[in-house]
Amino acid sequence: MKSKKKTKVSERLRAWDQSSFDLTDALELNPPLPKAPTPEDRESLPVIDRIEARQFAGFRKIYPWLAGLLGLVMSAFLLLGVLKLPPYGAADNPPHNEVMDRYVGEGMHETGAVNTVAGVILDYRAFDTLGESHVLYTAAAAVLILLLSSSRKGEEPPELRRIMEDDPILRNTAKVVVPFVLLFGVYIILNGHLGPGGGFAGGAILGGGLILYAIAFGYESLERLINDRSYRVTIAACLCFYSAAKCYSFYCGANGLETIFSTGTPGAILSAGLILPLNVAVGLVVALTMYGFYSVFQRGRI
Amino acid sequence: MSFAANLPLFSIVACLICAALSSLLREKAAAWVTRILALAVAAAAAAVLVLALKTGQTTTYRMGHYPHPWGNELRFGILEPLFSGVFALVLLACTVGGSRELVRDISRSKRSLYYVMCDLLLATLLALLYTNDVFTGYVFIEICTIASCGILMIRRIGRTTLAAVRYMIFSLIGSGLFLIGVVFLYAQTGHLLMPNLKAAIAEIWASGQSRTPLMIAICLMTLGLCIKSGLFPFHYWMPDTYGYATPCSSGILSGLVSKGYIFLLIKLILNVFGRDVFYASGIQNVLYLLGVVGMVVGSVSAMRENDIFRMVAFSSAAQIGYIYMGIGLSPELGILASLFHILTHAITKPLLFLSASGLVTASGGDKRFRALLGAAHRNPGAGFAFAVGSLSMIGLPLTMGFIAKYLFAFAAFRENLRLVPTLLALAVSTVLNAYYFTRTLIRIFNTRDLQPTAPVRLRSQPHFALAAALLIGANLSLGILAQPLITLLRKGLAMVL
Repeated sequence: MKSKKKTKVSERLRAWDQSSFDLTDALELNPPLPKAPTPEDRESLPVIDRIEARQFAGFRKIYPWLAGLLGLVMSAFLLLGVLKLPPYGAADNPPHNEVMDRYVGEGMHETGAVNTVAGVILDYRAFDTLGESHVLYTAAAAVLILLLSSSRKGEEPPELRRIMEDDPILRNTAKVVVPFVLLFGVYIILNGHLGPGGGFAGGAILGGGLILYAIAFGYESLERLINDRSYRVTIAACLCFYSAAKCYSFYCGANGLETIFSTGTPGAILSAGLILPLNVAVGLVVALTMYGFYSVFQRGRI
Repeated sequence: MSFAANLPLFSIVACLICAALSSLLREKAAAWVTRILALAVAAAAAAVLVLALKTGQTTTYRMGHYPHPWGNELRFGILEPLFSGVFALVLLACTVGGSRELVRDISRSKRSLYYVMCDLLLATLLALLYTNDVFTGYVFIEICTIASCGILMIRRIGRTTLAAVRYMIFSLIGSGLFLIGVVFLYAQTGHLLMPNLKAAIAEIWASGQSRTPLMIAICLMTLGLCIKSGLFPFHYWMPDTYGYATPCSSGILSGLVSKGYIFLLIKLILNVFGRDVFYASGIQNVLYLLGVVGMVVGSVSAMRENDIFRMVAFSSAAQIGYIYMGIGLSPELGILASLFHILTHAITKPLLFLSASGLVTASGGDKRFRALLGAAHRNPGAGFAFAVGSLSMIGLPLTMGFIAKYLFAFAAFRENLRLVPTLLALAVSTVLNAYYFTRTLIRIFNTRDLQPTAPVRLRSQPHFALAAALLIGANLSLGILAQPLITLLRKGLAMVL
């Protein structure tokens, strides 16, 4: 019995492995089983998992033990390193050097941002953050590659949809909460140079608000605002603005020119040069990406 | 500051902007954007190279108004523009030469996303080459990881999904180890910029105290990059990744992405760890040993394959072994040979994948050798290209592969203890390479039982012909006239050392 079940599983794996397979099928609750290959198919296809199944049969048995051992060795190795590091929080630690002194001491004056973190990530080390926001874009594009369904039918599964439509608690809570969530997200983004927050944090909150709205009221109600076209256009526009603006500022910095953006009065809402517009751009990208992830995972399209 | 010094920044930003815009374009337009972008990047790299040759020293480019140790920086001598130019041209050749397979393998709605990923990968490679900051290196490693998975899994067969999962796991372990290494270094030095790190590390090493965490940091970063570039015994993601992706992706992943990581490692060894510290640490011996074993094991695995793509993929594992063997040998001649071999492999491997795909298509899509009997008569252009690539991998004179092996052997003669093992490994690996590549060549040029079919003419596959001409031309011309390139590499290395 057991071996029969095992062969069935391996047949299905084989079929899955060798036929074309659309991951969006998995979004349906009961995906159709892939067709089992006929004997001729199997003859003509390369033998799969040769390495895993036949050549290293013994390896599979000791594999968990080896993995555990490796994990232990790595942990010991890392812990040894941590033990020998300078003690956490000591005043004379190497990171408390001229780098930190300038960030903390001169940061507000040089970048115009009261929030030192915003000053560091969007001015002193802006190139890293430029890369970091493109990490997000890359991830969003990769998720589209993985899950974008070729058909236009994509909707959430009907069961889920019925549950949500019949849920007055969800709908009424969302009605009350969503405006505040969105407002808070906007505040965090716009306030990024003045206090804790910024584009990444605020964008995540905005995205969360949008997702909550979509759960409670369905995607159609949001579609006028966020559809495939507007999603792509907004993200591309924000990233292009980000890259171009930062390129200009790097260019000016490297060639010893003054930029047209002034730091303004630290503490004022319109200050800190490029940091505020960059935060807005990052915030939009993050919010849309969060919403996009949810939507694509749920129904295979934006 | 000369205007050309701005070009690395402009190249990176242009790639990022093109990547963002390409998601709005249709596939044809996106493809042209990528091609023009790659050409422009190569032209910019040439201008930067001329600048570096004129000034004769490395240029540090401040990214913004703050110098190191406060702000990000780029730094480039001869090596960085040279490699970025070659990488851009190879990327161009891959996307052009594999364009027919792209249409076959990728569904219409996703093709423009493929070019988005290519643009992002080019940006990443440039950033990894030019950066003077280890954390910038990490950020772009992240983009590289995700984009590599993207171009792998965009071909929707079960095997690529499986391969992408495996690649992702290996790759993320590599990135994670690299990041922990950066954190360890930061905790001990308080710096992220390469020149400051180098000074601080030299100081710690000279003081003789608290060397342990320093060694651990160096180990972790090296290990992370080794896993990501597929050094033995971390090469088991290779056959699936390169073997089942669309040929263009296989070429980019094997020829460029893994080389970007290796270049970063070389940069770390010379500009961060310092060659004295690194070559006193003993890690180089481990790299040397793994490289030597990888050369043989990769070749043996390739020999046992029955699938042409997987065979070529396993041969990549062996070539990565060569590169690490060179890094382990010595900082001057060893790394020189490794740098040359990086170029050799970057130029040769995409050619092999593209031509193998041509042969397979002409044989009814069957990748096994039995079906490939006489394939070179069905598609003579692809057969010729595969032959040139194979000969270069074996290391016959007139090809780049010969020069690379010559340089490795030359570097070995400066060693006492490692002379014999190096030469032996080179010999064994070459014989094995020759065995399986010659066997493949005999099979595809076989005339027995040949069904008379009209051969596929080059005229009917202009994209492949163009890409193959570029790659073959580069291979042969650099193989015949290698001295200028070696001189360039030597000068570039001397600038950094």
